[in-house]
Parts: sequence; structure tokens; C-alpha cells
Amino acid sequence: MLNIRDLHVAVEDMAILKGINLEIKPGEVHAIMGPNGSGKSTLAQVIAGKDEYEVTSGTITYKNEDLLDLEVDERARAGIFLAFQYPVEIPGVSTAHFLKSIVNAGREGRGEDELSAVEMLKLLRSKTQMLGMDQKFLSRALNDGFSGGEKKKNEILQMAVLNPKLAILDETDSGLDIDALKIVADGVNAMRNNDNAFIVVTHYQRLLNYIEPDFVHVLYNGQIVKSGDKSLALKLEEKGYDWIKEEVASATV
Amino acid sequence: MAESMQVLEDHTNSEYKYGFTTDIEMDVFPKGLSEDVVRAISAKKNEPEFLLEWRLKAYRHWLTMTEPKWPNVNYPKIDYQDIIYYAAPKERPEIDSLDEVDPELLKTFEKLGISLDEQKRLTGVTGIAVDAVIDSVSVKTTFKETLAEQGIIFCSFSEAVQDHPELIKKYLGTVVPYTDNYFAALNSAVFSDGSFCYIPKGVRCPMELSTYFRINTANTGQFERTLLIADESSYVSYLEGCTAPMRDENQLHAAVVELIAMDDAYIKYSTVQNWYPGNKDGVGGIFNFVTKRGMCGGKNSKISWTQVETGSAVTWKYPSCILKGDGSVGEFYSIAVTNNMQQADTGTKMIHIGKNTSSTIISKGISAGRSHNSYRGLVKVGRRAENARNFSQCDSLLMGDKCGAHTFPYLEIENQTAQVEHEATTSKIGEDQMFYCKQRGLNEEDAINLIVNGYCKDVFNELPMEFAVEAQKLLAVSLEGSVG
Repeated sequence: MLNIRDLHVAVEDMAILKGINLEIKPGEVHAIMGPNGSGKSTLAQVIAGKDEYEVTSGTITYKNEDLLDLEVDERARAGIFLAFQYPVEIPGVSTAHFLKSIVNAGREGRGEDELSAVEMLKLLRSKTQMLGMDQKFLSRALNDGFSGGEKKKNEILQMAVLNPKLAILDETDSGLDIDALKIVADGVNAMRNNDNAFIVVTHYQRLLNYIEPDFVHVLYNGQIVKSGDKSLALKLEEKGYDWIKEEVASATV
Repeated sequence: MAESMQVLEDHTNSEYKYGFTTDIEMDVFPKGLSEDVVRAISAKKNEPEFLLEWRLKAYRHWLTMTEPKWPNVNYPKIDYQDIIYYAAPKERPEIDSLDEVDPELLKTFEKLGISLDEQKRLTGVTGIAVDAVIDSVSVKTTFKETLAEQGIIFCSFSEAVQDHPELIKKYLGTVVPYTDNYFAALNSAVFSDGSFCYIPKGVRCPMELSTYFRINTANTGQFERTLLIADESSYVSYLEGCTAPMRDENQLHAAVVELIAMDDAYIKYSTVQNWYPGNKDGVGGIFNFVTKRGMCGGKNSKISWTQVETGSAVTWKYPSCILKGDGSVGEFYSIAVTNNMQQADTGTKMIHIGKNTSSTIISKGISAGRSHNSYRGLVKVGRRAENARNFSQCDSLLMGDKCGAHTFPYLEIENQTAQVEHEATTSKIGEDQMFYCKQRGLNEEDAINLIVNGYCKDVFNELPMEFAVEAQKLLAVSLEGSVG
């Protein structure tokens, strides 16, 4: 589904990602962990297409197409979803209206008709219920005055209504209490199937207790320095990142 | 970053969609202004003596005045002798049915999206009564009879002068005297037509009243005059729309609107202004120098101005309320969009005179291209205005880095019991907001429209439904091609 080959990315001439290789197949959940400043969020944003990052070399293919050729909105309509670490506020635009707009934009991109008002309402109701969210949520302006937890839930709600093929969760767990974390995880687990894939970017192993990854990758200094199964996350939880840093240091000596 | 700016520029490069002229035979005065021209206009319209005298006084006063220089706008000097002060569609016999209207004119209305035919087919109370003013003359007032059944007078100003001279004599110039300002004086001298409306006591006008203005003839000034009187406990919602063809030279539009609300009356006045703004380099376009003022003369009366301003090369306009009646309420809701080389200096004046008066000002400025957008507002609380309240919110949204937004709030408070709140924000349409919307699959334009409409929501909410839809579309067109 997603194939990243030797990806190098810079911001204002400073190299952030230095040769990332990653392959993600349908049905898989990949966790990307690593210390602060290792390039985790950059990777997430580059896949989504944020233009302040310059891809200096390497390729990303998505469903056998050159992803880097697509605009941000084209990538989104092709099924890539990014749950933002810091969701953006849009005053005056109700959450319901926003959800309706993005669902219909996706449908239009696939050559489908817009959902009728009734179908839309049904969709929004079922997804808010699935996430245990209050219907009142829908009539509030998008993220405007939302608490940190509400914003994160709103990201998952958007993901649920769009039903993406590849969802990237960029530190969705940060700032969540345990109840909210469970809601987010339940939402992701309910969506998991053999056709879609998830990239879960996180600092902490905690989230991975609820969303079980197939693979865990450690990003350090712009490279994936270690990959493994979920036991790697537990080891990181226990021992921190220092042992990895040491491994990297001794390997380069 | 640079790429986004480029996108922004592309987006602001939209074309004016109403730039057609209508090929109708016109009855046109030669260029220039003099007492003779004022007399000729008055004679042409068969006006009573008092009105001619009033025009002449206004003209003489105008001669003693100078053009105001304080607005935050720049424009080439206007040669007042190079303007045509009267232009009317020829062949204007008494028109009883639309069949008799020049078909070219009807086509114009269709292009404007206000087919009178369509209007006419609508029956009963749900329609919108339209008075259309092309250049100087009011062409057709629809639904006149339906309204007359309730005692409502809605007609062209010229007709009102003939049919209801006592009302004109009593109210004309009582809210905006001819001495008020340079352009009001000019208008008072040479106004050629406009709309007149009177709502009798206790009547709730059953439909939206609407006027469409259009400047058609080259070098014509449009000086229309609107007078709207809401008698005790009446209600009226009035809509005004404007368009003009594209021309290289600037055209002057100097209108005067006077509203009068008596005890417990409520006037809701909505404008969608879409005059030709000139081309991308600032050539051509309308100078829109308008005086609009409402007198809340009666107790608990209310006047609400809502405007969506997207057109004109230069706009200079401050719809105001004089809150004279105790408990009267003034409201001003405004969206002013400037793009390319447009300049707007617009806002309001809320003059609190009576006790327990309150006013609300919500102003949303949107600047794009190399335009300049200024909010200028005065809140004045007089000595005897006990417990006056005002809330003002002035927001500016910038698109790109070549435009400007300015806010000039003035407060004059002479009574200690006044409560006045002012909030102002300036924001840039966020790259983050755009990225967020696009990441959800919205294309560039849909994302901009969504964000801008959200920003303007408080004002759109004040517009009558069908007008709100039109205004949203207009906003989308005005900003087409603009943000990243």
C-alpha cells in the first residue's frame, strides 16, 4: 500500500529525515516511536504532503502511484488521513458542516453522489455514538474552544466518517486521560480491517496496549534504527531509548 | 510558503461577472453641472416647487464645500463637470405590464439574476417586491398592488414625489440634511431617482422589499435617493443590490439613504454591494461614496444595517443610527471584502441620545491582493443617554502579505452610566487551517470558502435567507483564486 524508499527530507536546508525505508501492507498497524526531535512528526506530515518540507531524495509510492506527485487534497481523497498532533480551530464552521463537507469532497473524488441529508445525519450519528460522543459536539464550531481531549476525539471522529485506507495518528495519545485514550483506541480498533492500514506515531508504549501494532519501528536521528514486533515497544518502555542510542553510536564507530 | 502566496495571488485574480452593458436607447443630458442642470433634472421629473428649491439650496451649499480628505483612501481627482447627471432609458411611457418593458432591459435583469418575470410569477406573500433602478431612473416596481392592499407604499422616488408629495416634503432631508457632507449635498442637488417606502402603523410588511441598482451609461453618475419610513409598530425588511458594467474610467455613485423608525418600529436594511471594482491593476471601477443613516426617532424602535460589500474601486460608507427614542436599538453587521487594488473605508456611527439605548457593531473585513480595508466607527453617548450600551467587534482577515487592514474606532462618551465594549482582532488566513482542510480532502477553493464563511458567519446570520445564499456565492466569486 505504502512504500517509502530511502527518503531524505529537509526543512530550510536542515536534513530531518536521512534515508527512511518503510513498507506498509493492507491490514497492518505500524507503530513509530522515538525520542523527541527524531523526525516522527516530519514523516507523518511528509506523507500527508505539507509543503514546507522538502523531499531531497527518495520515493514514496502509494497504491503503486508516486505519492509525491499528488497535492495534499488529492492524497486525502485517495484515502490518506492524518490525525493532527495539534488539531486546528476553524471558528464559525460547525463540526457537522465540516464533516459533511469533507465526506462529500471524498465522495466527489470517487465519482459518487453527495450523501442526502438523511444519510449524512445517520452517518454522523452512528460515528459519534461509536465514539461515545455527545451529539452536541456536532453543532459546536470546529475545535473552537475544545479541550485537548475533545480535539483529539474530533480527529478520530473525522477519521471514522472518512474511513481512510491509510490513517496516520500523530501523537494522538498525548494529553489524553485514560478514558479518552480508550475511546480513541476503540475507535481505531473498530475500523481495523484487511483493507486498511495505520501508522501510529507515539512517544509512549501506553497507547499500544490498546492498539496492538504488528510492527514497531524506532526512529532516531532521521533514520529507522530498529524494527521489531510489539515486544520492542515494551522493551523501550522498560529501558528507555538510551540503549538504542548506544547501539547506533557503536555501529557508526 | 512562497507557493501558497502564489496560489493566493492566483485566487484573487477573479473576473468581474457582471460586466455587461445593455444596449438600450437612453435619454442623456450633456456632461456637466450647473444650476441649469439642476433645474432641468427637476423639470424633467415634473417636480413641485418645494423640491426644486431644496435642490437649488443643496447645489448652492455644495459649491461652498470641499471634498472630504480624511478617509483612508486614494483616488484620482474627480472632475464634476465631466459627469453626466441624468440618463434615463428612452421610450418610457407609463408601464403597466412587463410586456411593455424593453426586452433588452428584461435581459439585463435576467443576467443580474433578478428576472422580474420570475418575480411576477410568484404570488402572494412569499415573493420579493423589486424596484429596479438603471442609471438614473426607476424602471419597474413589482408587487405594488399587493402591497397597496396593506397600505404600504413602495414605489420609485419620482412616483412618490408625484403621488405623495406631502410625505416627501415632511421627511426628505430630515435624517441626512443636504448640508451633511459633500456627497450628500451633491446627491440632494442632482438625485434623479431611487426608492420610496412607507409602512403604515401596525403593519408588518409581508415580503422583502428590494431595490436593484445598475449603472449602465458611460460617464454617468448614479445619484439615487432612498427614503424609507416605518410608522409606529411596523416592520420592514429591505434589500438592496448593486451591479455595474466594466468600464475603464471610474464612475461616481453618491447615494443617500434615509431611514425613519417611529415608536416600536423595526427596519432591517440589507445591502449586497457588487459594483464593478476595477480591473486587477486598479483601472476603472466605481467610486461608491454613500451616506446612509437611520433615525430611531420613536421609543423602542430598531434599525439594523447589514451589508456585504465586495465591489467598487473605492468605498466610503458609514451606515449609521441615531438612537433618539428611549430604548431604541441600532445594529450594524458588515462584511467588507477588498481584493486587487480596491480600497474601502467603511464602518458605522452609533449616536446614543435617548435613555436605555443599545447598539451592536459586528464588522468583518477581508483584505486580499494589494487592497486596503479600513474600519472606521464612532460610538457616541450623549449626556442624557442614561444606561446606553454598545458592543463592538471588529475583525480583520488578511489574505497574503501585500494587503492592509486598518481599524479606526472612535468613542465619545459623555455619560458615566454608559457601558461600551470594543473587541478587535486581526488574523491571517492560516496556512495551518488551509493544510488542515486540504488534508481532509477539500480543494483549495472549497477550503477558502469554508474558512471565510465561518469567519463571516455572524453577519450572514443577519441576512434574509435567500440573500445570505447570494452573498456567500458573491464572496466566493470575489475571493476566487486567493489563498494558500
